[in-house]
Amino acid sequence: MEQIVAFSALASGIMIGLGALGAGVGIGILGSKFLEGAARQPELVPMLQARMFLMLGLTDAVPIISIAFAALLMFANPFLGQVG
Amino acid sequence: MAGQTPAEYISHHIQNLTYGVKDSGELGFAGSAAEAKNMGFMALNVDTMFWSVSCGILFCWFFRWIAGKVSISSPSKTQLFVELIVEMVSGSVKDAFHGNNKLIAPLALTIFVWIVLMNLLDLVPVDFIPYASYLAGIEYMKIVPTTDVNATFGMSLSIFALMIFYSIKVKGLGGFFGELAFHPFGKMLLPVNLVLELVSLIAKPLSLSLRLFGNMFAGELVFVLIAALVPFYLQFLLSVPWAIFHILVVTLQAYIFMMLTIVYLGQSHESH
Repeated sequence: MEQIVAFSALASGIMIGLGALGAGVGIGILGSKFLEGAARQPELVPMLQARMFLMLGLTDAVPIISIAFAALLMFANPFLGQVG
Repeated sequence: MAGQTPAEYISHHIQNLTYGVKDSGELGFAGSAAEAKNMGFMALNVDTMFWSVSCGILFCWFFRWIAGKVSISSPSKTQLFVELIVEMVSGSVKDAFHGNNKLIAPLALTIFVWIVLMNLLDLVPVDFIPYASYLAGIEYMKIVPTTDVNATFGMSLSIFALMIFYSIKVKGLGGFFGELAFHPFGKMLLPVNLVLELVSLIAKPLSLSLRLFGNMFAGELVFVLIAALVPFYLQFLLSVPWAIFHILVVTLQAYIFMMLTIVYLGQSHESH
């Protein structure tokens, strides 16, 4: 019981942390490339912006999913039910 | 309200109102999370059904009402607002979809507005409707349908069925299975092709639904966490900025779901 709680706490911490790390790097690269493109060709900004937001949502989703599952482990741990 | 400690409060707020066969063998609403779990697959999340169908009816009624009193010479502001949405969706469909199908644009509009409406329920303060329904005698009430994985999977599986239907209709049965079997590496490596293509086919509805569910569930959970852990006179300092940021997530996720629907259905209309 205690072991499951401890490992779940560790797991949710790692899930949130690594998810945020990856998303931070990814969205940083995305934003910097968008600014570069916008500086080179300002007339393309509306089109680039729509694409950037689409990619932002796609990139954002993966860490958010892992955060949702980490939160599930934190507050409604499914493994505890298996111990009984 | 069962929730006294923060953990009880949170797990109360992420529990759906479930209707199904109880352990005792009679039909009824589940009284606890464990009881809801024991109902298994054939249980109905009544709150998800109610709020999603309500949002759908609101969307249909509002757009039909505007379409009925449309005016060219003196358009009202609501008409311009609806035209803005319709033109945005129609532009996205024209950009991303090159086949000939009259279903795609209405489908994309329905998906976009419906998901936006369902996601916007997330901005209702977390205790308003659950507490009102508690006073009315209903124990559990989770109002945002897109924070229920059943609702998002329902939507993405419908898209998946449409994808397969149009693939077979446009390319024929042979074309559909040929794309699965011969696509990346040619005919010599048929089993490898089959595995790769099947995985990417099944990953589409899975990622579509989990993306929407994960975003909305995480957003809802942050609101519930703020309500559970922060004293009530400080809550607005955290929940108001999060709500403002969440407006971006709400529309962005609806837009992405719509855009990917168009792209996936476009793929099933194009042969390689």
